Amino acid sequence: MNPETTKELLINMGPQHPATHGVLRLILEVEGEQIKKCTPYIGYLHRGIEKLSEDLTYIQALPLTDRLDYLSSLINNVGFCLAVEKLMGIEVPERAKFIRTMMAEMARICSHLLWIATHALDIGAMTVFLYAMRDRERLLELFEMVTGARLTVSYPRIGGVRCDVSNEFLNELYQFTEEFPKKVEEYETLIDRNRVWLKRTKGIGVISAEEAINWGLTGPTLRGSGVYYDVRKIFPYDAYDKVDFEVPIGKNGDIYDRYKCRMLEFRQSVKIIRQCIEKLPEGAILAEEAPEIRLLTSPLKINKDDLQFEIYMEDKKIEDFIKKFTEVYVSVEASRGELGFYIVCDDSPKPYRMRVRAPSFVHAAVLKRLCEGAFIADVIANIGSVDIVLGECDR
Amino acid sequence: MTETLYIVFITIIKTAIYFGILLLHVAYATYAERKIIAHIQLRLGPMVVGSHGLLQPIADVVKLLFKEDIIPSNVDKRIFTIAPLISLTAALSTFAVIPVSEEWVISDLNVGILYVFGVAGIGTYGIIFAGWSSNSKYAFLGGLRSAAQMISYEVALAMSLVGVILMAESFSLVEIVNKKMEYSYGMFLFPQILGYFVFIVAMLAETNRVPFDLPEAETELVAGYFVEYSGIRFSMFYLAEYLAMFCMSALAAICFWGGWTVPPFLLEIFPFLSIVPGVVWFLLKVYFHMFLFFWLRGTLPRYRYDQLMAIGWKVLLPIALVNIVITSLIKYYL
Repeated sequence: MNPETTKELLINMGPQHPATHGVLRLILEVEGEQIKKCTPYIGYLHRGIEKLSEDLTYIQALPLTDRLDYLSSLINNVGFCLAVEKLMGIEVPERAKFIRTMMAEMARICSHLLWIATHALDIGAMTVFLYAMRDRERLLELFEMVTGARLTVSYPRIGGVRCDVSNEFLNELYQFTEEFPKKVEEYETLIDRNRVWLKRTKGIGVISAEEAINWGLTGPTLRGSGVYYDVRKIFPYDAYDKVDFEVPIGKNGDIYDRYKCRMLEFRQSVKIIRQCIEKLPEGAILAEEAPEIRLLTSPLKINKDDLQFEIYMEDKKIEDFIKKFTEVYVSVEASRGELGFYIVCDDSPKPYRMRVRAPSFVHAAVLKRLCEGAFIADVIANIGSVDIVLGECDR
Repeated sequence: MTETLYIVFITIIKTAIYFGILLLHVAYATYAERKIIAHIQLRLGPMVVGSHGLLQPIADVVKLLFKEDIIPSNVDKRIFTIAPLISLTAALSTFAVIPVSEEWVISDLNVGILYVFGVAGIGTYGIIFAGWSSNSKYAFLGGLRSAAQMISYEVALAMSLVGVILMAESFSLVEIVNKKMEYSYGMFLFPQILGYFVFIVAMLAETNRVPFDLPEAETELVAGYFVEYSGIRFSMFYLAEYLAMFCMSALAAICFWGGWTVPPFLLEIFPFLSIVPGVVWFLLKVYFHMFLFFWLRGTLPRYRYDQLMAIGWKVLLPIALVNIVITSLIKYYL
């Protein structure tokens, strides 16, 4: 065949493709079914969260972090709060630490449930999707019981948490932890013992440990390659050093191992939640030196001058703290990987610059490496297995 | 002359009744699929139109009929409009030789099985044309996939039936069922279990169903070859797919499950079964296979393209060939 007359077929996958988990766009150069080149394009969900937070006080910027990785919003809040607490030198009370840990693990289960749902759906197993949604619904209701919100909770506060958990909630949650491992087994019987699933995942999208570190992967995507790295273990925050849990790691670094890692994390998260409920100490939920948020008595009758006065008072308080520090970096183990907050501050009550180290951003880049040489169907499986959320990727 | 006219007249009436019932079945197969999958997935499925959504298929048909007929500007119009017709005509024509009971058959061809394969093969053209003429890359890939898939699985499908043909010593579908009654077990399912296995897998691939629904892989190619179609043309493809499913189920019922007959050993144990008319038996066997389609769709993930090809050529075809050899040896020496 004359090489001048043949060329690769360019396929534009996304940003409205049903399997790209949001608005990811991939340009694929295919020869038959095989991918010659894959170029990810991002930025379709850019809302300028980093820039916006420069115009808001530290407290006001908190709800913005919900919108980063909207599937596990609570972990983002915790990360941001930890950064500001380190900045201001606030020590969080024990009870708040345990509550945060407990709720963060709930968020992790929530996020992983949505991952298994969509990942299985992408590979074609429709039923797992609805089974996972059923269990996620229960968790969202539990979130609603405490925080009043289901998805974007804004629950932690700088110096603690917003409101205390009730015994009723703890009972319900404990019951959930007792039932949930059986549900995980249910998903596994549907997909893990299925030859089709194993054929689609084993030995596909392989990335070695060394390469995974070089690409900057974190979280289950890195652990699937057999690297023992978990922020919760290496740099413990909140109450993670007081609870006993294991970090599951894979061996081959293929889609199946990443899948297996997350499935095992379900069980570890349940274990952590249980210990948190059992060990939950009494006491305050907000540090005394935490910056206050004053609620206006009637939100309907807001006098504009009053409002400015309130915030100004608040700002004065923060100003005293931040004179001592200039910059801070804190990372937490989000459900997708290491989520870092780097904050540079000047003498104003607002961050001079806030930078989010988003795991999804790094993972979106590695798609290029994973997909080249694979088949079109593997692209979908790979996107699912690195588990990206574009809200976090584009910020 | 009058006799010829009479035969033509009777055939037309027969065809009209047969196809009327058939299309009603197709409409309610979509309903059954939605309901069965919904219940597998802890949902309720259609519930609004009519009691338990029983009128939903009719509402769907009305909606599809009244939708605007969109033809994208850069398509090859002539082929684009003719493609769904080819698929539908081919799918409908296969039923001309499929007997519902001994008397209920439009035409008892002596090469019935060959006719079914021949005509069903034409349906592939509809899909290739649709994928090609749509001038869309996704549709194009879907069309290519389905062409390769349907051609390679047709081989395995035909080979799996050779064992049955050898045992029945006939290509006629009516003859195949009648021949079964000479054996005490009354079904070719038992001696031809290998063939049946190959047939079931190949029929899933041939009708583009899960786990072999690559041409229309929802998450990869969005909808595959009919991504650019809408309204009535879209529904023609849909109709063709369900007709193909019914055709394959009917073939499985006739060739392996004894069609409208009851196995003689069952009749000996339960003599009252002879009251049940043959049509009911036939439909029950067809419904079972239709349920199989839906059941698998609710349970299985999707294969990858190269894996699908490997299964077709490296697993199914050898099994089918072994089955043919064994059947011929037994047939020759016994």
